[in-house]
Amino acid sequence: MATTTTAAALPLRHAGSRRSGWLRRRLGDNLMAYAFLAAGLVCFALFSWYPLVRSVTLSFQQDNLVTDPEWVGTANYRVLFDDPLFGTAIRNTVEFTGLALVFGFAVPIAIAILLNELRHFKTYFRLVIYLPVMLPPIVSAMLWQFFYDPGQGLFNALLHGAHLPTSQWVQSPKTAMLSLVLVSTWANMGGSTLMYLAALQSVPPELYEAAELDGAGLWQRVWRVTLPQLRFIMLVMLLLQITATMQVFIEPFQLTGFTNPDTITVMTLIYRYAFAVNQDFGLAAALSVLLFVVLSAFAALYLRITREETV
Amino acid sequence: MATRTLISGLDLKRPRTRAVYFGVLAVTAVAFAAVFIYPLYWMATAGLKTPVEFAAQTVTVLPEDPSVSAYTDAWNHMRIPHFFLNTVYYAVGGWLVQLSVDVAAAYALSKLRPVFGKLVFAAMLATLMLPVAALLVPAYLTLTDLGLINSPWGLWLPAAANGFNIYVLKRFFDNIPHDILEAAAIDGATRLKTLTKIVLPLSRPVLAVISIFSIIGMWKDFLWPMLVMQDPEKQTLSVALQRLSASSQVPPTEMIAAMTLATIPMVVIFVIFQRHILGGLSAGAVKG
Repeated sequence: MATTTTAAALPLRHAGSRRSGWLRRRLGDNLMAYAFLAAGLVCFALFSWYPLVRSVTLSFQQDNLVTDPEWVGTANYRVLFDDPLFGTAIRNTVEFTGLALVFGFAVPIAIAILLNELRHFKTYFRLVIYLPVMLPPIVSAMLWQFFYDPGQGLFNALLHGAHLPTSQWVQSPKTAMLSLVLVSTWANMGGSTLMYLAALQSVPPELYEAAELDGAGLWQRVWRVTLPQLRFIMLVMLLLQITATMQVFIEPFQLTGFTNPDTITVMTLIYRYAFAVNQDFGLAAALSVLLFVVLSAFAALYLRITREETV
Repeated sequence: MATRTLISGLDLKRPRTRAVYFGVLAVTAVAFAAVFIYPLYWMATAGLKTPVEFAAQTVTVLPEDPSVSAYTDAWNHMRIPHFFLNTVYYAVGGWLVQLSVDVAAAYALSKLRPVFGKLVFAAMLATLMLPVAALLVPAYLTLTDLGLINSPWGLWLPAAANGFNIYVLKRFFDNIPHDILEAAAIDGATRLKTLTKIVLPLSRPVLAVISIFSIIGMWKDFLWPMLVMQDPEKQTLSVALQRLSASSQVPPTEMIAAMTLATIPMVVIFVIFQRHILGGLSAGAVKG
């Protein structure tokens, strides 16, 4: 940044004004620039940068907002590892992320490829698939809660009408996690589908023509042309989806509650430690730090991949 | 056909391919309606049913005896207008704060280029990688220290720390030629004047996209407003709905009517700004 000279400062320098005048000018420019930056710096410092540092220090403290915070060494981490809910939450979160990838990752790609072939009702398809994304997430969760109701819910009514076995949905440990994944996929797939659809526009048509001349059938064109061309955005979306789904909160919070060991996730456990049951901010921070470390690994991977691609 | 895709336009002229194509088209169109529209239709019409018809749970297309009483009850008993206005206030305020803070910062980083500007930009971008989960507890404690619990600033200031906005705005500002700004400076325009009279009018498209996404984001947000607005009177519509549903004093038809009412503003925004919203998404994808 040493070479920074604003456009306005240049003519003065060329006019051969004294060095001190130039310095004062640069100082003024910088002060002006930081005046414009000030509000942004304060917001980022207070709500992003400092909290990041504080989550680490907090995880070594006992803090309940009532008594003064106290340094307790690694006690929070030991309590955390001894809590049976910790292991459950990790398992559940991994299960949720895995299931969410099966549906939330593969389905939007397939739908985008399909929609890209349809020459009619283009606007209809794009609008309709994005509609659920516009719902307030808590409304989606509450709506599906009505659908899932084992006694009078829409889904069991439909299954019953079709003479199929009904399900307990979120109320059975076997289907609870899958039910949550369905809500989250329904509510979010519009965004990723439209991103794939946009990426598909930039697949060079010559590739399809060449493949066809070489005698490649439809499936071979999908496997050999379309998917390899989408490789980069698939990777980006995969990492973004993993980070997002590992922080899932609203679906388990609303549909199964933050006490249910069948579906408690890392995020709901953080909420439970800090706000719902324990008021133990140090313990919650310890869990946040662990989650952060895992997610940082994905973030680092994401950065590496995107940087390599743009170079 | 402007560009060809998997299936060529020539292929589609063959009668058999054509038949398959229209079959797939019809099935997809109906499936989309069933999966994405029907749940919303169900929600809107369940609020029109009588509690008795709702409890019977036969899958009906039209309510037998439609009545708006669940909607009016929700409107009055659950005080929808009150929470609605709260949410509008937080969303509009958050939008204005985000826009003024982030535009000023991006302008400084792009056009005024101070010392350490690159470092600041990188530090702001890095927050895009920060999981919300890692910041939730410490940001909440910071808010408590600042005495901003139950204050709208507790929603607005954290929203302004938005690395995505900074990134998009700075990239846009970077493409505005220096010559124009220089000419303005020679004419004696101050930095602020250059920003408001030249840079902002040129940036209308990007400002529109950022504005829409910021309002949608504020409207959809749940966990943070729930933590910040602890006074039930100050809650957003989403948080109030959840609180009322957990207390289970509200009849289901009334609850669903309230959910529909909470959704309507978002659907209206979507219908009006669909091109901006869908275009903003694809811009994000191409940028990669």
